[in-house]
Amino acid sequence: MDANDDEIRVGVFVCHCGSNIGGVVDVPAVTEYAKTLPNVVYAERNLYTCSSDGIDSIKRAIGEHNLNRIVVAACTPRTHEPLFRKACEDAGLNKYIFEFANIRDHCSWIHMREPEKATEKAKDLVRMAVAKAALLEPQDEKRVSVEPKTLVIGGGISGMTAALNLARQGFDVHIVEKERDLGGMARQLYKLYPTFVDALEFVNAMIKEVEAEERITIWTSTIVKEVEGYVGNFNATITPAEGKAEEVLNVGTIIVAIGAAEYKPDGFYDYDGSSVITQLELEARLRACDDAGDFSKLGGKRIVMIQCVGARGRKFSYCSKICCTTALKNALVIKDTVPDAEIYVLHRGINVYGEYEYLLIEAREKGIRFVKFGPGNEPNVEGTNVRVYHENIRKELELEADLIVLSTPLISTPEFEQLSKMLKVPLGPDGFFYEAHVKLRPLDFATDGIYVCGTAHGPRDIPESIAQALGASSRASIPMARGFVVPEAITPVVDESACVKCGICVDKCPYGALRLDDDKLEVIDALCKGCGTCVAACPTGALDQRHFRNKEVEAQIKAFFCLS
Amino acid sequence: MGRVLVIGGGIAGIQAALDLGDRGHDVYLVEKKPSIGGRMAQLDKTFPTNDCSICILAPKMLECFDHPNVTVITNAEVKGLEGSAGDFKVKILKKPRYVDEAKCTGCGDCAWACRLKGRFPDDFNMGLGKRSAISLYFIQAVPRVALIDDEHCLMLTKGKCGKSPPCVDACGPKAIDFAQKPEEIKLDVDAIIVATGYDLLDPSQFKEYGYGVYVNVITAFEFERLICAGGPKEGHLVRPSDGEVPKTITFIQCVGLRDRDNYPYCCSVCCLNSTKGSILAKEHYPEIETYILYSELRAVGKRSQEYVDRGRDEYRIKYIRGMPGELLEDPETKNIIIKYEDMDSGTIERMEAELVVLNTAPIPGKSSKELAEVLGIAVDEYGFFSPKDPLGAPIETEKKGIFLIGYAQGPKDIPESVAQASAAAAEASEIIARKSSRGDEGGEKE
Repeated sequence: MDANDDEIRVGVFVCHCGSNIGGVVDVPAVTEYAKTLPNVVYAERNLYTCSSDGIDSIKRAIGEHNLNRIVVAACTPRTHEPLFRKACEDAGLNKYIFEFANIRDHCSWIHMREPEKATEKAKDLVRMAVAKAALLEPQDEKRVSVEPKTLVIGGGISGMTAALNLARQGFDVHIVEKERDLGGMARQLYKLYPTFVDALEFVNAMIKEVEAEERITIWTSTIVKEVEGYVGNFNATITPAEGKAEEVLNVGTIIVAIGAAEYKPDGFYDYDGSSVITQLELEARLRACDDAGDFSKLGGKRIVMIQCVGARGRKFSYCSKICCTTALKNALVIKDTVPDAEIYVLHRGINVYGEYEYLLIEAREKGIRFVKFGPGNEPNVEGTNVRVYHENIRKELELEADLIVLSTPLISTPEFEQLSKMLKVPLGPDGFFYEAHVKLRPLDFATDGIYVCGTAHGPRDIPESIAQALGASSRASIPMARGFVVPEAITPVVDESACVKCGICVDKCPYGALRLDDDKLEVIDALCKGCGTCVAACPTGALDQRHFRNKEVEAQIKAFFCLS
Repeated sequence: MGRVLVIGGGIAGIQAALDLGDRGHDVYLVEKKPSIGGRMAQLDKTFPTNDCSICILAPKMLECFDHPNVTVITNAEVKGLEGSAGDFKVKILKKPRYVDEAKCTGCGDCAWACRLKGRFPDDFNMGLGKRSAISLYFIQAVPRVALIDDEHCLMLTKGKCGKSPPCVDACGPKAIDFAQKPEEIKLDVDAIIVATGYDLLDPSQFKEYGYGVYVNVITAFEFERLICAGGPKEGHLVRPSDGEVPKTITFIQCVGLRDRDNYPYCCSVCCLNSTKGSILAKEHYPEIETYILYSELRAVGKRSQEYVDRGRDEYRIKYIRGMPGELLEDPETKNIIIKYEDMDSGTIERMEAELVVLNTAPIPGKSSKELAEVLGIAVDEYGFFSPKDPLGAPIETEKKGIFLIGYAQGPKDIPESVAQASAAAAEASEIIARKSSRGDEGGEKE
């Protein structure tokens, strides 16, 4: 059907929804009114337009009255638009010639006690919908094919977990790791909570599995230099170290799994890396002691740990989530190997959470001592002498430590910023990658085809990173398993004669769907979500959005004021 | 493509079903309650963005229900399991709604017509609202299909409701069917995902808090429904005793939690939840003063510490480190007098609050032990489903092909539950891929 050549013939269906709409809005009156509107050749009312009777009657009317534009005045497009669009398609019409008037939420619900006004408003909404419908155009939906390959950036536990799962689902995976070996930060750890297994054994077992997987290509000592393209068809240029030639990898999806770094607390408590060290440095020392079979090299038996060094507002605003549990774990490991060690944990509240609470109980039972200090009442360290005001016993303690261990937060690295620019995905104010929705889309970016997991997203422990990594691989597998994505056909069109190539739309687009190439504005349909931000931002009116064309929206507004 | 059973239709189960359905697998989502949505649907807002909970959840509920690859089975429980990964045979019992799901349009006319209109405490609103013997589970319920309560409906209990049941007369599409019987559904699936969520500890067992005795002591979930615009009070934050807006609200943390005699774990969400409750209360009525009595203030999730800092600095929430020993009611004002030890000063203090909100322990589901037996998987010392290896395989069970996600396997916030849900979809897809690469229609050989 080419609707543009035909006479415009609008059909209007007004729903009672039992008494839900009909109990407030005078549905017969709205239906009669609809019949008087320009281009309307048919109008009827239904007890339930969404029931199979209602749907059948839409289809029948399309055939009997040769309708080519359909308006339903009922509940909400959020729940019912797909149903009515499908009814149009079943009757041989393009689904984009359908328009909704929400006379339930906007009329009968919100003006429940003013039936007359609700009825008038329903008439206004129907008149506006009819005015827009007359100008609607059929649209074609395009398919964008998706290459079933993934690029995983980062070869730590998160990256390896995602790669293994995707490979085992049948997708080819490239892991790019900037270091010489896979394994990430876990290589620097000694024991892992909550099971206290050896970190190296754990990570080496995983590396072996990755190396054994045929579908995984490992690129170590390699960095990602440039990424172009969009979901389904990314081209990533990678630069292997040691003078090897650059390669271009063509992939359908990308998983960001670069890990965070431990904050080095220069300027805090005379941090020197020898008698004042970080938790990560403690892990290395424990490893060395274990390798030598001699824990006397730990640096002494009286160990003072200080929590939140640089976290929770002392440099970075956030709580790093894992430091308290890490401190408890290391304290328990030391107590296990050096039973007469005397360990103090100086803290602002021990943030173990969930079932890890038992580690705190266990630590207390094993004689690890906890000293709570208030914010602004941080311990005073001179050399290895620690003075701290103990809030619970309300007394200042003086401790002569052999070793001071500072628990510092995980922080973002310069690579975060580089990758953020390269992939055009955002970082949050804390420097970590900023997900599409903090609650419900924690592993996605607003841009399709790119996903995030592990400490790239924020501080978290290994079990959480593993869950996130598997989750990211699930998200990435969806477009790859389908083999294509279908963007909604509500993308903008560019009037090149009006476009001055100012690039404002490119900056404003939250999805990176617009590109100014060789002085030509290009719309990447696969990335566009049809939000219309670009159209609103365009200073010359060169952009016009399909299905929400300026003339369509103007017609709606004019219809409201009865100007047409 | 494969088939997967998801048990539990809260946010975790919904996310797992959507990921698997989008991936091309067939999913059966079995929910015990009459609607999917779970606990998240009962929340007013979610931290740290203060997004309206149902506003962000409802589109997912609908997407899930309307998904061509997802079959949602509500009002149903898993009763039997045989076989192994790649070849599970599941038995499900679907209880009757006495309403034809295909015919009901969810208009609600039946509930208005019911002879016993507004008689029964409504489960979704934590008993704060009243419902009829036939009702929608809540206004945004998915599926939007009414349900008859077989404990109270006169037709079902007495076989007679006047001359003719008014619900039947009122129902336009003629959807009511008193002859419905329980239905046994048998499914063959490749993998199973357990997302049954949590129950809430009844605080009336702790006499010192006076819950159930002092009318102005409520639970955190009651508070959520009270302050929710879609709740029984339409968002008017009023105290139960006199319908007045409270001038002071005290939130009490860790009720039954971090307590060796009850539940020793930390629930991971209450500190943020009370901060949210305080912020919402102050946004409704800026003159309300709110206090949070806590023993440790834990704000570990992304943007959580910043949220608490904002609560303290911008909204002037008063955080007090101290646990109450005893709550008393002023018999005239019905205000609550809280005696507590201020753990920073070491002194015994008293405060008077017009409303007290108890953050009670989220606990393993009542039926999780039974389900664990049916599925042949383990529960931990508290009763949460326990993973095979809490470090390296955090969502797998000892039984291959069965996965655990969300609060069913231990304390967790929404984003971690959603991440785990997608993770389970990935693991289930791996099992299906292995099976099809072997061309093997039989069970997984261990």
